[in-house]
Amino acid sequence: MNASNRNENQALARAVLEIDVANHPGVMSHVVGLFSRRAYNVEGILCLPVGDGRQSRIWLLVGEDQRLPQMIRQLEKLEDVGAVRRHHAEHAVFTQLEAFFRP
Amino acid sequence: MSETPNETLTGAQITVRLLERQGVRLVTGYPGGAILPIYDALGQSTAIRHVLARHEQGAGFIAQGMARVSGEVAVCMASSGPGATNLLTAIADAKLDSIPLVAITGQVPKAMIGTDAFQEVDTYGLSIPITKHNFLVSSTEELLEVIPRAFAIAASGRPGPVLIDIPKDVQSRAIEVAAWPEPGHRSAPAAADGMALAEAAGLIAAAKKPLLYLGGGVIHAGAADLAVKLAEKANLPTVMTLMALGAMPVDHPLSLGMLGMHGAPYTNLALDECDLLIAVGARFDDRATGKVAAFCPQARIIHIDIDAAELDKIKTAHVGIVADVGEALTRLLPLVPENPRKSWVDRVDALKTAHPQPLPGLDDPRSHFGLIRAVAACLDDDAIVATDVGQHQMWAAQAYPLRRPRQWLTSGGLGTMGFGVPAAIGAALAAPERTVVCFTGDGSILMNIQELVTAAEQGANVKIVLMNNAVLGLVHQQQTLFYGQRLFASEFQAMPDFVTTARALGIAAVDLDQAANPCAALADAFARPGPCLIHAGIDAEQKVYPMVPPGAANRDMIGAQA
Repeated sequence: MNASNRNENQALARAVLEIDVANHPGVMSHVVGLFSRRAYNVEGILCLPVGDGRQSRIWLLVGEDQRLPQMIRQLEKLEDVGAVRRHHAEHAVFTQLEAFFRP
Repeated sequence: MSETPNETLTGAQITVRLLERQGVRLVTGYPGGAILPIYDALGQSTAIRHVLARHEQGAGFIAQGMARVSGEVAVCMASSGPGATNLLTAIADAKLDSIPLVAITGQVPKAMIGTDAFQEVDTYGLSIPITKHNFLVSSTEELLEVIPRAFAIAASGRPGPVLIDIPKDVQSRAIEVAAWPEPGHRSAPAAADGMALAEAAGLIAAAKKPLLYLGGGVIHAGAADLAVKLAEKANLPTVMTLMALGAMPVDHPLSLGMLGMHGAPYTNLALDECDLLIAVGARFDDRATGKVAAFCPQARIIHIDIDAAELDKIKTAHVGIVADVGEALTRLLPLVPENPRKSWVDRVDALKTAHPQPLPGLDDPRSHFGLIRAVAACLDDDAIVATDVGQHQMWAAQAYPLRRPRQWLTSGGLGTMGFGVPAAIGAALAAPERTVVCFTGDGSILMNIQELVTAAEQGANVKIVLMNNAVLGLVHQQQTLFYGQRLFASEFQAMPDFVTTARALGIAAVDLDQAANPCAALADAFARPGPCLIHAGIDAEQKVYPMVPPGAANRDMIGAQA
């Protein structure tokens, strides 16, 4: 398998989640904890405040497996989560950051 | 916000005032350094009575007993560090059984958080996975928003526990309060999808062999009457989870009792044949379904639940409806045609006759089933039945004639030994006009036996029926059946004298083993008000049958023959 094929396979097996949350010190722990306690690896995390700073947006790069729909429902149940949107793995938010993650 | 003249109050006084405004009249807890400002303010309240437990876990389960009986949010309190960690088991138990609680914990002052201060523990972090939501309050002003919100979250949607961690300086600091927030209440969920309800009604009308499967959500929603009406109108034989027992009276002609690992043989066999399963407020727990692929293998599934994440979690529903089950059933009822469904009802009755629940010794009060029935004979349907966790719990689930929602208090999801005694005390405090009976075992009672002192102090009307077989019954049973009879760590080598122990802790006690007439001794014990321990030795070789081995299909039951 050549490198581009491998990358394609990885892309197929991943998803990007965009999550609107309340901005307070515990919110990352609530969101990431849902994944860690199910031994569900989170490959990438980005988070910054939005607008006046009362809200934040979290971007997660996660493996795409059969548990993902249930994970999204669990995220939507969290009190601090306003909305969850699912994107393909090629979403620009992580691909544009690749320059910062060269070995 | 309601306008009042400005008052200068500490965070502790604000907390107590907000609890009063919430309508809270009874709280339970255990004080300690980091929550002393709140206890000081609580002591000045004339509206709220505080019941002192003898262990924070006891306080958590007393609050659970109150919430399970009343359906209202109950409040428990503890200090920081070990106080908070001791509460955690009761909070996790409330999460798994969807019980509305507000737990308030003291925390070290904000400036000391993260310094490994005395009695500091990360209560916020520890409680994230076992609460519906939690708060670490960072300012006195925030209390005005957080406390009403905590009550609203605990009571709304699928109920659950909410923890509020309040640093000591937040409790002590005084601020001016210009206006009070509205108390937090249950918010109305979105209405059920009408198209899905019509589709569900169509499936019910067309089904030849439908079964109604009721879970704890039916109790929480106050929808037991509606569920029974639906069953009667469409002639739906009805199974209940452990959490739903009492939703339909067990002697109702359509009742098939409890399903699953220790369900009656006819119940699991009927599920195996059904062509439509109507799950209402149930979550397809593994103890109910057994091997999921073999659960109702021929059935289409209608799933009604207030928690969207429960739909398609274990079994994919053909019709999934996210709604308050009371609202959904109210609207489903007129859509479902009356149907005598004679051949299916006859088939289920034939299964009942051919494959009954084995209930050996029912007339012998010195046997496990006979004792449970003798206790029931002393009580009417107003009584509340709490249990601990183990063989006694399953025998009570199989043999006690439960006929009323909120009659049955048991730790279903977490299966917490030690639940029974404090939950029964909480039930007696919330419903002082009722008799509360608690079935427990010699293993379980020792896990919270200190709460007998609380029962004595409160004069709680709890009758604790201790079924003593000197072993950890369910462990003993599994080791016997599945681990080559290698009994290890399941037989107690030393055993307290429970009758003397109960008396030493301040409550009356009677030993049925010494009674010439055990039924008369039971009747005597139930006739006296106040707490009483009723000790009864039972045979350690008795098993909970039938039993579906863990991981097996529900049709493959051990000990199903009467």
